[in-house]
Amino acid sequence: MAGKTVTRADLCEAVYQKVGLSRTESSALVELVLKEITNCLEHGETVKLSSFGSFVVRKKGQRIGRNPKTGKEVPISPRRVMVFKPSAILKQKINSGDGKA
Amino acid sequence: MIKSELVQHIVSQNPHLYQRDVETIVNAILGEIVGALARGDRVELRGFGAFSVKHRPARTGRNPRTGAHVSVDQKSVPFFKTGKEMRERLNRT
Repeated sequence: MAGKTVTRADLCEAVYQKVGLSRTESSALVELVLKEITNCLEHGETVKLSSFGSFVVRKKGQRIGRNPKTGKEVPISPRRVMVFKPSAILKQKINSGDGKA
Repeated sequence: MIKSELVQHIVSQNPHLYQRDVETIVNAILGEIVGALARGDRVELRGFGAFSVKHRPARTGRNPRTGAHVSVDQKSVPFFKTGKEMRERLNRT
């Protein structure tokens, strides 16, 4: 938990450093990339980004849950959830990147 | 949608950019996320979701076919938690 948190600003900075665009335009492009991915997922389509991983939308049926506080049973409505499946390359980088593993 | 299609979509909305520049942009974004996770940092993208790294301690596993004990080393795994707005957008209507 000691690590820092990377945000949109850091992604914009990375884009700004790599390509000869203004900061404003870099930030607009980061937004656009996220928007495109979101739109695709909203339509239920899988997004595969090679060497990174894929985002998959899964449908969940109705099930019975329990309020952990009161112990009362409540139905959980059917819903769509998104899962991230990391690529083998990403997993490998995480395990060799720092001294923790 | 795969990465090259994502690049195409962005190029069609930004005709003044070269395809290879857009490729560089997409790779810079993904590379920044991967780099952060490799350092053990968190990546938080409001409205989209957050990437973090979870540590799995070493454990003794079993080979499901032979039942033999095998030791599994400790490892770190990437984890993604869907953002609030994304969750809502997936369940709209």
